[in-house]
Amino acid sequence: MSFVPGQPVTAVVERIEIQKLSQGPNLVLGFCIGGGIDQDPGQNPFSDDKADKGIYVTRVSPGGPADVAGLKIGDKIMQVNGWDMTVVTHDQARKKLTKKNEHVVRLLVTRKTLEEAVKQSMSRPGPS
Amino acid sequence: MSQPFLQWVDGKGIPDICYIIYFLLDGPRWIQRHRHTFEEQNGIGDALSFGTLHSCIQVDASSAGARRVAFKPDCRRLSDSTGLLSRPIDRTSLHETALTVWPPPFQRSSKRRGCVAMDTESTYSGYSYYSGRSRGSHRHGERSRDRHKSRSKDSRSEKSVTINTPPAEPLLGDSSVRGEQVQDDNWGETTTAITGTSEHSLSQEDIVRITKDLEDSVGLNCRRYLTRILAVILGVLVLLTPLAFLVLPHLLWPDKLQKCGTACEGLYISIAFKLLILLLAVWGLFFRPPRASLPRVFAFRALLSVLVLLFVISYWLFYAVRILEAQDADYQGIVQYAVSLVDALLFIHYLAVVLLELRQLQPCFSVCVTRSTDGETRHYNLGQLSIQQAALAIIEHYYSDFPVHNPALLSASKSRAAKHLAGLKVYNVDGPGPGNNPAAGLAHSQSRAMIAAAARRRDTSHNELYYEEAEHERRVRKRKARLVVAVEEAFTHIKRMQEEEQKKSPGDVMDPREAAQAIFPSMARALQKYLRTTKQQHCHSMESIQQHLAFCITNNMTPKAFLESYLTPGPTLQYSRDRWLARQWTLISEASVTSGLRDGTVFLLKCVDFSLVIAAKKIPFVQMSEEYIDPKSHKFVLRLQSETSV
Repeated sequence: MSFVPGQPVTAVVERIEIQKLSQGPNLVLGFCIGGGIDQDPGQNPFSDDKADKGIYVTRVSPGGPADVAGLKIGDKIMQVNGWDMTVVTHDQARKKLTKKNEHVVRLLVTRKTLEEAVKQSMSRPGPS
Repeated sequence: MSQPFLQWVDGKGIPDICYIIYFLLDGPRWIQRHRHTFEEQNGIGDALSFGTLHSCIQVDASSAGARRVAFKPDCRRLSDSTGLLSRPIDRTSLHETALTVWPPPFQRSSKRRGCVAMDTESTYSGYSYYSGRSRGSHRHGERSRDRHKSRSKDSRSEKSVTINTPPAEPLLGDSSVRGEQVQDDNWGETTTAITGTSEHSLSQEDIVRITKDLEDSVGLNCRRYLTRILAVILGVLVLLTPLAFLVLPHLLWPDKLQKCGTACEGLYISIAFKLLILLLAVWGLFFRPPRASLPRVFAFRALLSVLVLLFVISYWLFYAVRILEAQDADYQGIVQYAVSLVDALLFIHYLAVVLLELRQLQPCFSVCVTRSTDGETRHYNLGQLSIQQAALAIIEHYYSDFPVHNPALLSASKSRAAKHLAGLKVYNVDGPGPGNNPAAGLAHSQSRAMIAAAARRRDTSHNELYYEEAEHERRVRKRKARLVVAVEEAFTHIKRMQEEEQKKSPGDVMDPREAAQAIFPSMARALQKYLRTTKQQHCHSMESIQQHLAFCITNNMTPKAFLESYLTPGPTLQYSRDRWLARQWTLISEASVTSGLRDGTVFLLKCVDFSLVIAAKKIPFVQMSEEYIDPKSHKFVLRLQSETSV
């Protein structure tokens, strides 16, 4: 998941669709994010490359909409509803996720297990 | 109600207990009323007989329009400088306080009467100038007392002043009094005619000087001495009663008495020590130098003395009936009876300590004290006090907290106010209509027209005020800089001499006063100019400045410390007594002054030049709850990054 400056970022992503749950006046998704270009990337426990300033999922509340949709802790969010999440500040990321007039968020997330799974399936000899 | 009182004093009739209590609670007014009534009814009296009591005349304007003259003797005139006078007033009379009018009615009344009484008239009226200022309240007190006694001797309405013929002129009698009562529409014309034609007219300084002399002299202070004497009598009675109980059986039936041995002697010792403790306690609590003379009797003290009196009387009654008459032989019982009396007295003394001292310590009210002339405000916490005690506490705080009253600082706002009013004049073009334009409606429309015109007029007085204040500020700072430099330079000219130098050169050695006098001239001019700019020059005399300088030199103070007392106006106590402008206080209250403070109580403490407005507010009841936090529950985690939950 590391990126080489100057080269486009490539990653294996999973598409996750979360329905927002309305709790009183708010719409909640049921997870917490951390990171951003204005944060300290060295403190991120979920990233491999400690220079990675992306948005990561730090907590998923059990039974919440994110958990139901399959979001896992430690996921890096690449896109939200088409908006890029790799080079955003923490607050911009929060705003993109908590738009009041959207009831569904479609995330593109990536995690290490995805890449390994793809590598494994590629290295395994295909059924033929 | 006044009739029975007179009978008592004349020696006929039995004193009525209610009148005695009433007398205690409102004594001085009874004295005044009695003297006045008595002498009037008996036709004696003359100005000189009241001279020692320093009578004063009230000349007040009543709302009915008639000008009346009241006259009454006043023994409280001779109280000391912190004497408080109270008057309960009702709402209708509040506005009348401000309407005390002096010279015009004075002149008019002197014209009215014949030439025979001219000089005595003017003497009284001269007094009225001063008395009207500071005793404007007597009239009201008189009126409320009159209501109680329902005396119809004076023909007066609810709102007007009592009319009393001054006993100095029995010759003129009825004609002048009747003349007085007729409303005079032309009084304006007659006032201009007579000024200073009488031989004995007093000027303002004379009146002030006379008042000061009387204040300083230890004159009759009937109420205070009476209270003291009563207290001493009660104390002696209380002390001698147990001893009398013990001694009387030995005197009256010594042979019948049983011998009682060591038990009695033990009781003797206990009585002796308890009496000693009681004596010391009473001396400590009650015989302290009084701080002030309050207008009304202190309710709790009166209650306690009545209680003690009743108590001792009941013990005597029991003793007389059961022991003296029966000639009881059991001496030990008698001794124990005396011991029980002393114990009960000690408990009453404990009650006295609680009621008089402890109850008012816990702060219960927050009072806001504002000076009416310049708005200086302070807040104090007081306990459950009566209004007169609260007033006393506030006055004591006033002397040490409030900056001294400086009338020179108020002239600017007064001149501005005069300029506001002087701009417009209202003329009534139509003239007085035949009854369809009542005076009130006319005045109302006039004032409305004035307000509207003033609002429309483009007023630039705010501009002047701004620039004037900026200019004054600049001037003060300039003078202050010059002053500081001059004082610092002056202080460098003298130096404290050390011990060894003293032996070497004994010439030209000065003590602090001489040193102060030596360096004073170099800073005198700068200091005087500064004091003039800040309008404080009347507060400090040259003598006082030199004294202060000597004081600072003696105590090794720096020039800055010396200047501190001149740069800012200090509390009233710092200045000499004649600069206080605040010595005679009048308590003005709608509620009775012996009633306690309550939330929303408002009363005034009036001085000659200004008044203090006091408003009390209750300190709120505090509802406090507790929350327990387990010390083990303080756990922390590191926050790795800022996290937001979505």
